[in-house]
Amino acid sequence: MNMAGEPKQFAIFSRILHWLMAAMLLAMLFIGVSMVASLGDYHKLVAIHRPLGIMILILAAIRLVNRMFTTLPPFPPTMSSRERRFSSFSERLLYTLMFALPLVGWGMLSAGHYPIVMFGPVHLPPILPANPTLYALLRKTHTILAYLLFLTFLVHLSSVLFHALIVRDRLLDRMALWPTRKRPK
Amino acid sequence: MAFRLAVIVVIVGGIAALFLYKGGWFSPHALSPDMMIDTFEHVNGEHPGFRRNHAKGVCISGYFESNGNGVALSKAVVFRPGRVPVLGRFALAGGQPYAADAAHTVRSMALLFQLPDGEEWRSGMNNIPVFVVNSAQGFYDQLVASAPDPATGKPDPAKMSAFMKAHPEFPKALHLILSQPATSGFADSTYNSLNAFRFINAQGTVVPVRWAMVPAQSFKPFDTSGPAQSDTNQLFDALIAELRTNSLQWHLIVTIGQPGDPTADATLPWPPDRQKVDVGTLTVDHVESEDTSPVRDINFDPLILPDGIAGSDDPLLSARSAAYSESFTRREGEPKTPSAVSPAETER
Repeated sequence: MNMAGEPKQFAIFSRILHWLMAAMLLAMLFIGVSMVASLGDYHKLVAIHRPLGIMILILAAIRLVNRMFTTLPPFPPTMSSRERRFSSFSERLLYTLMFALPLVGWGMLSAGHYPIVMFGPVHLPPILPANPTLYALLRKTHTILAYLLFLTFLVHLSSVLFHALIVRDRLLDRMALWPTRKRPK
Repeated sequence: MAFRLAVIVVIVGGIAALFLYKGGWFSPHALSPDMMIDTFEHVNGEHPGFRRNHAKGVCISGYFESNGNGVALSKAVVFRPGRVPVLGRFALAGGQPYAADAAHTVRSMALLFQLPDGEEWRSGMNNIPVFVVNSAQGFYDQLVASAPDPATGKPDPAKMSAFMKAHPEFPKALHLILSQPATSGFADSTYNSLNAFRFINAQGTVVPVRWAMVPAQSFKPFDTSGPAQSDTNQLFDALIAELRTNSLQWHLIVTIGQPGDPTADATLPWPPDRQKVDVGTLTVDHVESEDTSPVRDINFDPLILPDGIAGSDDPLLSARSAAYSESFTRREGEPKTPSAVSPAETER
Protein backbone atom coordinates (compact mmCIF):
# COMPACT_ATOMS: atom_id res chain seq x y z
CA MET A 1 0.00 0.00 0.00
CA ASN A 2 1.19 3.46 -0.75
CA MET A 3 0.48 6.58 1.27
CA ALA A 4 -3.06 7.04 -0.03
CA GLY A 5 -3.88 3.47 0.99
CA GLU A 6 -4.17 2.39 -2.63
CA PRO A 7 -2.80 -0.98 -3.74
CA LYS A 8 0.30 -1.02 -5.92
CA GLN A 9 -1.00 -3.94 -7.94
CA PHE A 10 -4.32 -5.32 -9.11
CA ALA A 11 -5.72 -7.90 -6.68
CA ILE A 12 -4.24 -11.36 -7.23
CA PHE A 13 -7.56 -12.76 -8.45
CA SER A 14 -7.84 -9.89 -10.96
CA ARG A 15 -4.33 -10.59 -12.23
CA ILE A 16 -4.99 -14.31 -12.63
CA LEU A 17 -8.23 -13.55 -14.51
CA HIS A 18 -6.43 -11.05 -16.72
CA TRP A 19 -3.70 -13.39 -17.90
CA LEU A 20 -5.94 -16.43 -18.16
CA MET A 21 -8.43 -14.53 -20.30
CA ALA A 22 -5.67 -12.89 -22.32
CA ALA A 23 -4.44 -16.33 -23.34
CA MET A 24 -7.97 -17.59 -24.03
CA LEU A 25 -9.02 -14.54 -26.04
CA LEU A 26 -5.89 -14.55 -28.15
CA ALA A 27 -6.24 -18.30 -28.77
CA MET A 28 -9.90 -17.75 -29.65
CA LEU A 29 -9.10 -15.00 -32.16
CA PHE A 30 -6.51 -17.18 -33.88
CA ILE A 31 -8.80 -20.23 -33.89
CA GLY A 32 -11.60 -18.12 -35.35
CA VAL A 33 -9.62 -16.54 -38.14
CA SER A 34 -7.98 -19.89 -39.00
CA MET A 35 -11.13 -21.98 -39.08
CA VAL A 36 -13.08 -19.82 -41.51
CA ALA A 37 -10.18 -20.03 -43.96
CA SER A 38 -9.65 -23.78 -43.63
CA LEU A 39 -11.38 -26.77 -45.19
CA GLY A 40 -9.27 -29.45 -43.49
CA ASP A 41 -9.12 -28.07 -39.94
CA TYR A 42 -12.52 -26.38 -39.91
CA HIS A 43 -14.39 -28.97 -37.90
CA LYS A 44 -11.64 -29.56 -35.35
CA LEU A 45 -11.34 -25.82 -34.71
CA VAL A 46 -15.10 -25.13 -34.53
CA ALA A 47 -15.40 -27.89 -31.94
CA ILE A 48 -12.93 -25.97 -29.72
CA HIS A 49 -14.27 -22.51 -30.66
CA ARG A 50 -17.80 -23.07 -29.29
CA PRO A 51 -17.05 -24.30 -25.72
CA LEU A 52 -14.06 -21.94 -25.40
CA GLY A 53 -16.35 -19.04 -26.29
CA ILE A 54 -18.82 -20.02 -23.59
CA MET A 55 -15.99 -20.37 -21.06
CA ILE A 56 -14.90 -16.83 -21.96
CA LEU A 57 -18.46 -15.59 -21.46
CA ILE A 58 -18.60 -17.16 -17.97
CA LEU A 59 -15.19 -15.77 -17.04
CA ALA A 60 -16.17 -12.34 -18.40
CA ALA A 61 -19.17 -12.31 -16.04
CA ILE A 62 -16.97 -13.30 -13.08
CA ARG A 63 -14.44 -10.68 -14.11
CA LEU A 64 -17.02 -7.91 -14.36
CA VAL A 65 -18.33 -8.66 -10.86
CA ASN A 66 -14.76 -8.82 -9.57
CA ARG A 67 -13.97 -5.51 -11.28
CA MET A 68 -16.89 -3.81 -9.55
CA PHE A 69 -15.83 -4.91 -6.08
CA THR A 70 -12.07 -4.41 -6.10
CA THR A 71 -9.98 -1.28 -5.68
CA LEU A 72 -7.70 -0.58 -8.61
CA PRO A 73 -4.10 0.52 -8.31
CA PRO A 74 -3.72 4.16 -9.37
CA PHE A 75 -2.48 5.16 -12.81
CA PRO A 76 1.21 6.02 -12.73
CA PRO A 77 1.98 9.77 -12.80
CA THR A 78 3.57 9.26 -16.22
CA MET A 79 0.10 8.89 -17.75
CA SER A 80 -1.52 12.11 -18.90
CA SER A 81 -5.20 12.64 -18.25
CA ARG A 82 -5.90 12.08 -21.95
CA GLU A 83 -4.06 8.78 -21.82
CA ARG A 84 -6.00 7.80 -18.71
CA ARG A 85 -9.29 8.56 -20.42
CA PHE A 86 -8.23 6.54 -23.45
CA SER A 87 -7.14 3.67 -21.21
CA SER A 88 -10.51 3.62 -19.41
CA PHE A 89 -12.33 3.72 -22.74
CA SER A 90 -10.35 0.79 -24.14
CA GLU A 91 -10.95 -1.17 -20.93
CA ARG A 92 -14.71 -0.65 -21.33
CA LEU A 93 -14.46 -1.64 -24.98
CA LEU A 94 -12.60 -4.85 -24.10
CA TYR A 95 -15.19 -5.76 -21.47
CA THR A 96 -18.01 -5.08 -23.93
CA LEU A 97 -16.39 -7.29 -26.57
CA MET A 98 -15.69 -10.10 -24.10
CA PHE A 99 -19.44 -10.28 -23.56
CA ALA A 100 -20.60 -9.37 -27.05
CA LEU A 101 -18.55 -11.87 -29.05
CA PRO A 102 -19.69 -15.05 -27.26
CA LEU A 103 -23.28 -13.77 -27.02
CA VAL A 104 -23.39 -12.88 -30.72
CA GLY A 105 -21.86 -16.28 -31.52
CA TRP A 106 -24.44 -18.10 -29.40
CA GLY A 107 -27.26 -16.00 -30.86
CA MET A 108 -26.00 -16.52 -34.38
CA LEU A 109 -26.00 -20.31 -34.01
CA SER A 110 -29.49 -20.11 -32.49
CA ALA A 111 -30.78 -18.00 -35.40
CA GLY A 112 -29.07 -20.39 -37.84
CA HIS A 113 -31.04 -23.37 -36.47
CA TYR A 114 -27.82 -25.01 -35.28
CA PRO A 115 -27.56 -27.10 -32.12
CA ILE A 116 -25.14 -25.38 -29.72
CA VAL A 117 -22.91 -28.33 -28.93
CA MET A 118 -20.41 -27.98 -26.11
CA PHE A 119 -18.93 -31.45 -25.60
CA GLY A 120 -20.34 -34.98 -25.60
CA PRO A 121 -24.12 -34.77 -25.24
CA VAL A 122 -23.89 -31.37 -23.48
CA HIS A 123 -25.40 -28.52 -25.44
CA LEU A 124 -26.95 -25.13 -24.74
CA PRO A 125 -30.48 -23.97 -25.54
CA PRO A 126 -31.04 -21.42 -28.31
CA ILE A 127 -31.24 -17.80 -27.14
CA LEU A 128 -32.91 -16.50 -30.31
CA PRO A 129 -35.54 -17.86 -32.69
CA ALA A 130 -34.37 -19.43 -35.97
CA ASN A 131 -34.39 -16.66 -38.56
CA PRO A 132 -32.28 -16.46 -41.75
CA THR A 133 -31.91 -12.67 -41.87
CA LEU A 134 -30.99 -12.52 -38.20
CA TYR A 135 -28.46 -15.30 -38.69
CA ALA A 136 -26.80 -13.50 -41.62
CA LEU A 137 -26.68 -10.23 -39.67
CA LEU A 138 -25.20 -11.81 -36.54
CA ARG A 139 -22.72 -13.88 -38.54
CA LYS A 140 -21.35 -10.66 -40.10
CA THR A 141 -21.42 -8.89 -36.74
CA HIS A 142 -19.41 -11.72 -35.19
CA THR A 143 -16.61 -11.23 -37.73
CA ILE A 144 -16.58 -7.44 -37.40
CA LEU A 145 -16.48 -7.60 -33.59
CA ALA A 146 -13.70 -10.19 -33.71
CA TYR A 147 -11.53 -7.93 -35.87
CA LEU A 148 -12.37 -5.02 -33.57
CA LEU A 149 -11.30 -7.10 -30.56
CA PHE A 150 -8.04 -8.03 -32.27
CA LEU A 151 -7.36 -4.37 -33.09
CA THR A 152 -8.17 -3.31 -29.52
CA PHE A 153 -5.83 -6.00 -28.25
CA LEU A 154 -3.03 -4.73 -30.52
CA VAL A 155 -3.52 -1.16 -29.26
CA HIS A 156 -3.55 -2.42 -25.65
CA LEU A 157 -0.36 -4.45 -26.22
CA SER A 158 1.36 -1.53 -27.98
CA SER A 159 0.51 0.84 -25.13
CA VAL A 160 1.80 -1.54 -22.49
CA LEU A 161 5.00 -2.20 -24.44
CA PHE A 162 5.43 1.54 -24.93
CA HIS A 163 5.25 2.06 -21.18
CA ALA A 164 7.49 -0.92 -20.43
CA LEU A 165 10.21 -0.17 -22.96
CA ILE A 166 10.09 3.55 -23.71
CA VAL A 167 8.56 5.33 -20.71
CA ARG A 168 9.94 2.64 -18.37
CA ASP A 169 7.51 3.56 -15.61
CA ARG A 170 6.92 -0.05 -14.48
CA LEU A 171 3.24 0.20 -15.45
CA LEU A 172 3.20 -3.51 -16.19
CA ASP A 173 4.12 -4.30 -12.57
CA ARG A 174 0.52 -3.49 -11.66
CA MET A 175 -0.65 -6.57 -13.57
CA ALA A 176 2.41 -8.79 -13.05
CA LEU A 177 1.99 -12.35 -11.85
CA TRP A 178 5.73 -12.60 -11.49
CA PRO A 179 7.78 -11.08 -8.62
CA THR A 180 8.53 -7.39 -9.21
CA ARG A 181 11.13 -5.08 -7.80
CA LYS A 182 10.01 -2.36 -5.44
CA ARG A 183 8.88 0.84 -7.09
CA PRO A 184 11.57 3.48 -7.15
CA LYS A 185 10.73 6.32 -4.77
CA MET B 1 15.29 4.33 -27.92
CA ALA B 2 15.10 3.54 -31.64
CA PHE B 3 15.95 -0.07 -30.90
CA ARG B 4 13.26 -0.29 -28.23
CA LEU B 5 10.71 1.21 -30.60
CA ALA B 6 11.73 -1.34 -33.21
CA VAL B 7 11.17 -4.14 -30.70
CA ILE B 8 7.60 -2.91 -30.14
CA VAL B 9 6.93 -2.70 -33.87
CA VAL B 10 8.31 -6.20 -34.44
CA ILE B 11 6.23 -7.75 -31.62
CA VAL B 12 2.96 -6.04 -32.48
CA GLY B 13 3.50 -6.28 -36.25
CA GLY B 14 4.50 -9.92 -35.94
CA ILE B 15 1.34 -10.86 -34.08
CA ALA B 16 -0.81 -8.94 -36.58
CA ALA B 17 0.98 -10.60 -39.52
CA LEU B 18 0.56 -14.07 -38.01
CA PHE B 19 -3.14 -13.37 -37.51
CA LEU B 20 -3.62 -12.33 -41.13
CA TYR B 21 -1.50 -15.27 -42.30
CA LYS B 22 -3.74 -17.70 -40.39
CA GLY B 23 -6.75 -16.03 -41.97
CA GLY B 24 -5.37 -16.81 -45.42
CA TRP B 25 -4.66 -13.18 -46.34
CA PHE B 26 -1.24 -14.01 -47.76
CA SER B 27 -2.35 -17.12 -49.67
CA PRO B 28 -5.30 -16.05 -51.83
CA HIS B 29 -4.84 -19.05 -54.14
CA ALA B 30 -4.98 -21.73 -51.44
CA LEU B 31 -8.20 -23.75 -51.50
CA SER B 32 -10.55 -22.30 -48.87
CA PRO B 33 -14.28 -22.55 -48.15
CA ASP B 34 -14.70 -19.14 -49.79
CA MET B 35 -12.93 -20.24 -52.94
CA MET B 36 -14.96 -23.46 -53.12
CA ILE B 37 -18.26 -21.57 -52.96
CA ASP B 38 -17.02 -18.81 -55.30
CA THR B 39 -16.28 -21.56 -57.82
CA PHE B 40 -19.76 -23.04 -57.44
CA GLU B 41 -21.16 -19.59 -58.18
CA HIS B 42 -18.83 -19.17 -61.12
CA VAL B 43 -19.67 -22.56 -62.66
CA ASN B 44 -23.44 -22.52 -62.04
CA GLY B 45 -24.12 -18.82 -62.23
CA GLU B 46 -25.50 -16.90 -59.29
CA HIS B 47 -28.75 -18.13 -57.79
CA PRO B 48 -29.32 -15.99 -54.69
CA GLY B 49 -31.00 -17.67 -51.76
CA PHE B 50 -30.34 -21.22 -52.96
CA ARG B 51 -27.91 -23.84 -51.71
CA ARG B 52 -24.76 -23.65 -53.82
CA ASN B 53 -24.92 -27.41 -54.36
CA HIS B 54 -27.96 -29.70 -54.30
CA ALA B 55 -29.83 -26.49 -55.14
CA LYS B 56 -33.07 -28.08 -56.38
CA GLY B 57 -35.06 -29.86 -53.71
CA VAL B 58 -38.15 -30.35 -51.58
CA CYS B 59 -38.52 -30.55 -47.82
CA ILE B 60 -39.83 -33.62 -46.06
CA SER B 61 -40.70 -34.73 -42.57
CA GLY B 62 -41.51 -37.94 -40.76
CA TYR B 63 -39.98 -40.03 -38.02
CA PHE B 64 -37.35 -42.63 -37.30
CA GLU B 65 -38.35 -45.70 -35.34
CA SER B 66 -35.32 -47.32 -33.72
CA ASN B 67 -35.50 -51.09 -33.11
CA GLY B 68 -32.74 -51.01 -30.47
CA ASN B 69 -30.21 -52.99 -32.54
CA GLY B 70 -27.93 -49.96 -32.72
CA VAL B 71 -27.52 -49.66 -28.93
CA ALA B 72 -24.70 -52.22 -28.88
CA LEU B 73 -22.84 -50.18 -31.50
CA SER B 74 -23.43 -46.59 -30.40
CA LYS B 75 -24.54 -44.85 -27.23
CA ALA B 76 -26.34 -42.20 -29.34
CA VAL B 77 -29.82 -41.66 -27.89
CA VAL B 78 -31.31 -42.05 -31.39
CA PHE B 79 -30.62 -45.81 -31.29
CA ARG B 80 -32.58 -46.49 -28.09
CA PRO B 81 -35.85 -48.22 -28.97
CA GLY B 82 -38.47 -45.62 -29.82
CA ARG B 83 -39.41 -42.90 -32.21
CA VAL B 84 -37.74 -39.57 -32.96
CA PRO B 85 -39.06 -36.85 -35.31
CA VAL B 86 -37.13 -36.27 -38.51
CA LEU B 87 -36.91 -33.29 -40.86
CA GLY B 88 -35.26 -33.65 -44.23
CA ARG B 89 -34.86 -32.75 -47.83
CA PHE B 90 -34.71 -34.62 -51.14
CA ALA B 91 -32.57 -32.88 -53.74
CA LEU B 92 -30.63 -33.22 -56.96
CA ALA B 93 -26.88 -32.67 -56.98
CA GLY B 94 -25.63 -29.60 -58.78
CA GLY B 95 -25.93 -25.90 -58.31
CA GLN B 96 -28.80 -25.25 -60.75
CA PRO B 97 -32.03 -24.72 -58.80
CA TYR B 98 -34.20 -24.93 -61.93
CA ALA B 99 -32.45 -27.76 -63.81
CA ALA B 100 -34.76 -30.35 -65.35
CA ASP B 101 -34.86 -33.68 -63.49
CA ALA B 102 -32.76 -36.36 -65.19
CA ALA B 103 -32.18 -40.07 -64.63
CA HIS B 104 -28.48 -39.86 -63.85
CA THR B 105 -28.38 -36.70 -61.78
CA VAL B 106 -27.24 -37.72 -58.32
CA ARG B 107 -30.17 -37.75 -55.87
CA SER B 108 -29.71 -36.86 -52.24
CA MET B 109 -31.53 -37.38 -48.98
CA ALA B 110 -30.61 -35.03 -46.15
CA LEU B 111 -31.95 -35.72 -42.67
CA LEU B 112 -32.11 -34.09 -39.27
CA PHE B 113 -32.98 -36.47 -36.42
CA GLN B 114 -34.34 -34.53 -33.42
CA LEU B 115 -33.22 -36.48 -30.38
CA PRO B 116 -35.32 -36.22 -27.20
CA ASP B 117 -32.47 -34.69 -25.17
CA GLY B 118 -32.13 -31.84 -27.67
CA GLU B 119 -29.18 -33.31 -29.54
CA GLU B 120 -29.31 -33.50 -33.32
CA TRP B 121 -28.00 -35.88 -35.93
CA ARG B 122 -27.72 -34.41 -39.40
CA SER B 123 -26.74 -36.49 -42.37
CA GLY B 124 -26.46 -35.77 -46.09
CA MET B 125 -26.59 -38.93 -48.20
CA ASN B 126 -26.42 -39.63 -51.93
CA ASN B 127 -27.83 -42.40 -54.14
CA ILE B 128 -24.36 -43.44 -55.34
CA PRO B 129 -22.40 -46.35 -53.84
CA VAL B 130 -19.14 -44.40 -53.48
CA PHE B 131 -18.16 -40.75 -53.84
CA VAL B 132 -16.33 -39.59 -56.97
CA VAL B 133 -13.28 -37.99 -55.36
CA ASN B 134 -11.40 -38.51 -52.11
CA SER B 135 -10.21 -34.99 -51.25
CA ALA B 136 -11.40 -31.40 -51.20
CA GLN B 137 -8.85 -30.58 -53.88
CA GLY B 138 -10.23 -33.40 -56.03
CA PHE B 139 -13.75 -32.08 -55.59
CA TYR B 140 -12.64 -28.59 -56.57
CA ASP B 141 -10.69 -29.86 -59.59
CA GLN B 142 -13.71 -31.85 -60.74
CA LEU B 143 -15.94 -28.80 -60.36
CA VAL B 144 -13.58 -26.72 -62.49
CA ALA B 145 -12.97 -29.48 -65.09
CA SER B 146 -16.67 -30.21 -65.60
CA ALA B 147 -17.67 -26.55 -65.95
CA PRO B 148 -19.29 -25.97 -69.32
CA ASP B 149 -17.02 -24.33 -71.88
CA PRO B 150 -18.68 -21.02 -72.84
CA ALA B 151 -18.01 -21.78 -76.53
CA THR B 152 -19.64 -25.23 -76.70
CA GLY B 153 -21.84 -25.27 -73.59
CA LYS B 154 -20.22 -28.61 -72.71
CA PRO B 155 -17.26 -29.52 -70.51
CA ASP B 156 -13.90 -29.24 -72.26
CA PRO B 157 -12.79 -32.86 -72.95
CA ALA B 158 -9.11 -31.90 -72.65
CA LYS B 159 -9.66 -30.46 -69.17
CA MET B 160 -11.70 -33.51 -68.18
CA SER B 161 -9.03 -35.98 -69.26
CA ALA B 162 -6.32 -33.96 -67.48
CA PHE B 163 -8.48 -34.08 -64.36
CA MET B 164 -8.94 -37.87 -64.65
CA LYS B 165 -5.20 -38.32 -65.02
CA ALA B 166 -4.59 -36.29 -61.86
CA HIS B 167 -7.37 -38.09 -59.98
CA PRO B 168 -7.35 -41.76 -61.00
CA GLU B 169 -9.85 -42.48 -58.22
CA PHE B 170 -12.48 -40.60 -60.24
CA PRO B 171 -12.84 -42.96 -63.24
CA LYS B 172 -12.74 -45.99 -60.92
CA ALA B 173 -15.52 -44.56 -58.76
CA LEU B 174 -17.50 -43.52 -61.82
CA HIS B 175 -17.34 -47.09 -63.12
CA LEU B 176 -18.85 -48.40 -59.87
CA ILE B 177 -21.53 -45.70 -59.94
CA LEU B 178 -22.56 -46.29 -63.55
CA SER B 179 -22.76 -50.07 -63.06
CA GLN B 180 -25.87 -49.45 -60.95
CA PRO B 181 -29.19 -49.19 -62.79
CA ALA B 182 -31.03 -45.87 -62.44
CA THR B 183 -34.02 -46.34 -60.17
CA SER B 184 -37.38 -44.79 -61.00
CA GLY B 185 -37.24 -41.98 -58.46
CA PHE B 186 -36.50 -40.73 -54.98
CA ALA B 187 -38.67 -43.40 -53.33
CA ASP B 188 -36.84 -46.52 -54.53
CA SER B 189 -33.30 -45.17 -54.22
CA THR B 190 -30.70 -46.17 -51.63
CA TYR B 191 -28.93 -43.22 -50.01
CA ASN B 192 -25.39 -43.78 -48.76
CA SER B 193 -23.42 -41.85 -46.14
CA LEU B 194 -20.39 -42.25 -48.47
CA ASN B 195 -17.97 -40.95 -45.83
CA ALA B 196 -17.00 -43.25 -42.98
CA PHE B 197 -17.90 -42.32 -39.40
CA ARG B 198 -17.20 -43.83 -35.99
CA PHE B 199 -19.73 -45.30 -33.61
CA ILE B 200 -18.85 -45.25 -29.91
CA ASN B 201 -20.89 -47.45 -27.55
CA ALA B 202 -21.50 -47.16 -23.80
CA GLN B 203 -18.44 -49.32 -23.09
CA GLY B 204 -16.27 -46.96 -25.12
CA THR B 205 -15.74 -49.39 -28.00
CA VAL B 206 -15.20 -47.54 -31.27
CA VAL B 207 -16.05 -49.08 -34.65
CA PRO B 208 -15.75 -47.55 -38.12
CA VAL B 209 -19.11 -47.44 -39.90
CA ARG B 210 -20.83 -46.34 -43.06
CA TRP B 211 -24.59 -46.20 -43.26
CA ALA B 212 -27.30 -46.30 -45.89
CA MET B 213 -31.01 -45.61 -46.11
CA VAL B 214 -32.29 -48.67 -48.01
CA PRO B 215 -35.81 -48.30 -49.45
CA ALA B 216 -38.69 -50.57 -48.45
CA GLN B 217 -40.22 -49.57 -51.80
CA SER B 218 -39.33 -52.08 -54.50
CA PHE B 219 -37.05 -51.18 -57.38
CA LYS B 220 -38.53 -49.89 -60.61
CA PRO B 221 -36.36 -48.88 -63.55
CA PHE B 222 -36.29 -45.22 -64.56
CA ASP B 223 -39.06 -44.42 -67.03
CA THR B 224 -37.40 -42.93 -70.08
CA SER B 225 -40.40 -42.93 -72.42
CA GLY B 226 -43.52 -42.03 -70.43
CA PRO B 227 -45.50 -38.80 -70.50
CA ALA B 228 -43.60 -37.74 -67.36
CA GLN B 229 -40.65 -36.93 -69.61
CA SER B 230 -42.15 -33.57 -70.49
CA ASP B 231 -42.30 -32.59 -66.79
CA THR B 232 -39.07 -30.90 -65.72
CA ASN B 233 -39.92 -31.81 -62.11
CA GLN B 234 -40.82 -35.42 -62.90
CA LEU B 235 -38.83 -36.95 -60.03
CA PHE B 236 -40.18 -34.50 -57.47
CA ASP B 237 -43.74 -34.75 -58.78
CA ALA B 238 -43.61 -38.55 -58.62
CA LEU B 239 -42.46 -38.31 -55.00
CA ILE B 240 -45.26 -35.87 -54.17
CA ALA B 241 -47.82 -38.16 -55.86
CA GLU B 242 -46.61 -41.19 -53.89
CA LEU B 243 -46.69 -39.31 -50.58
CA ARG B 244 -50.26 -38.21 -51.26
CA THR B 245 -51.47 -41.81 -51.05
CA ASN B 246 -49.03 -43.45 -48.65
CA SER B 247 -45.91 -42.87 -46.55
CA LEU B 248 -42.49 -44.11 -47.66
CA GLN B 249 -40.04 -46.20 -45.64
CA TRP B 250 -36.30 -46.75 -45.57
CA HIS B 251 -34.25 -49.10 -43.38
CA LEU B 252 -31.21 -47.54 -41.78
CA ILE B 253 -28.52 -50.11 -42.45
CA VAL B 254 -25.20 -49.66 -40.65
CA THR B 255 -22.18 -51.39 -42.18
CA ILE B 256 -19.41 -52.16 -39.70
CA GLY B 257 -15.87 -51.79 -40.99
CA GLN B 258 -13.01 -54.11 -40.14
CA PRO B 259 -9.47 -53.02 -39.33
CA GLY B 260 -7.85 -52.05 -42.62
CA ASP B 261 -11.06 -50.97 -44.34
CA PRO B 262 -10.50 -47.55 -45.89
CA THR B 263 -12.11 -44.83 -43.76
CA ALA B 264 -10.26 -41.85 -45.24
CA ASP B 265 -11.21 -42.52 -48.88
CA ALA B 266 -14.88 -42.21 -49.84
CA THR B 267 -14.22 -43.55 -53.37
CA LEU B 268 -13.32 -47.02 -52.10
CA PRO B 269 -16.12 -49.47 -51.28
CA TRP B 270 -15.79 -51.80 -48.32
CA PRO B 271 -15.80 -55.57 -48.97
CA PRO B 272 -19.40 -56.77 -49.51
CA ASP B 273 -19.24 -59.37 -46.69
CA ARG B 274 -19.01 -56.76 -43.92
CA GLN B 275 -21.54 -57.08 -41.11
CA LYS B 276 -24.69 -55.03 -41.71
CA VAL B 277 -27.11 -54.10 -38.94
CA ASP B 278 -30.64 -52.83 -39.52
CA VAL B 279 -31.04 -50.29 -36.71
CA GLY B 280 -34.48 -48.91 -37.50
CA THR B 281 -36.92 -47.56 -40.03
CA LEU B 282 -37.35 -44.06 -41.42
CA THR B 283 -40.89 -43.11 -42.36
CA VAL B 284 -41.40 -40.07 -44.59
CA ASP B 285 -45.02 -38.95 -44.57
CA HIS B 286 -45.03 -35.28 -45.48
CA VAL B 287 -43.59 -33.20 -48.31
CA GLU B 288 -43.46 -29.42 -48.54
CA SER B 289 -42.05 -26.84 -50.93
CA GLU B 290 -38.89 -25.05 -49.84
CA ASP B 291 -40.83 -21.80 -50.18
CA THR B 292 -42.87 -22.53 -47.05
CA SER B 293 -40.77 -25.03 -45.08
CA PRO B 294 -38.33 -24.08 -42.29
CA VAL B 295 -36.10 -26.88 -43.62
CA ARG B 296 -34.94 -24.49 -46.34
CA ASP B 297 -32.96 -22.72 -43.62
CA ILE B 298 -31.25 -25.79 -42.22
CA ASN B 299 -27.64 -26.60 -43.01
CA PHE B 300 -27.26 -30.37 -43.35
CA ASP B 301 -23.68 -30.33 -42.07
CA PRO B 302 -22.63 -34.02 -41.86
CA LEU B 303 -20.57 -33.34 -38.74
CA ILE B 304 -23.53 -32.25 -36.61
CA LEU B 305 -23.58 -35.50 -34.68
CA PRO B 306 -24.94 -36.71 -31.35
CA ASP B 307 -22.72 -38.14 -28.64
CA GLY B 308 -21.97 -41.71 -29.75
CA ILE B 309 -21.34 -40.85 -33.41
CA ALA B 310 -18.16 -39.09 -34.56
CA GLY B 311 -16.47 -38.27 -37.83
CA SER B 312 -13.70 -40.44 -39.26
CA ASP B 313 -10.32 -39.43 -40.68
CA ASP B 314 -11.98 -38.80 -44.07
CA PRO B 315 -10.79 -35.29 -45.07
CA LEU B 316 -14.00 -34.71 -47.05
CA LEU B 317 -16.03 -34.47 -43.84
CA SER B 318 -14.41 -31.32 -42.48
CA ALA B 319 -14.32 -29.87 -46.00
CA ARG B 320 -18.07 -30.50 -46.42
CA SER B 321 -18.73 -28.92 -43.03
CA ALA B 322 -16.70 -25.82 -43.94
CA ALA B 323 -18.10 -25.41 -47.46
CA TYR B 324 -21.73 -26.01 -46.37
CA SER B 325 -21.28 -23.38 -43.68
CA GLU B 326 -20.01 -20.84 -46.21
CA SER B 327 -22.87 -21.66 -48.60
CA PHE B 328 -25.37 -21.38 -45.72
CA THR B 329 -24.02 -18.03 -44.55
CA ARG B 330 -24.22 -16.58 -48.05
CA ARG B 331 -27.71 -17.81 -48.90
CA GLU B 332 -29.24 -16.85 -45.55
CA GLY B 333 -28.32 -13.23 -46.20
CA GLU B 334 -29.77 -13.19 -49.71
CA PRO B 335 -33.31 -12.49 -50.88
CA LYS B 336 -35.27 -15.68 -51.56
CA THR B 337 -36.49 -16.70 -54.99
CA PRO B 338 -39.32 -19.24 -55.37
CA SER B 339 -38.18 -22.87 -55.64
CA ALA B 340 -38.69 -24.93 -58.80
CA VAL B 341 -40.99 -27.21 -56.84
CA SER B 342 -43.68 -24.77 -55.73
CA PRO B 343 -46.21 -24.98 -52.90
CA ALA B 344 -48.87 -25.38 -55.62
CA GLU B 345 -47.16 -28.62 -56.65
CA THR B 346 -46.59 -30.04 -53.18
CA GLU B 347 -50.11 -29.21 -51.97
CA ARG B 348 -52.01 -30.24 -55.05
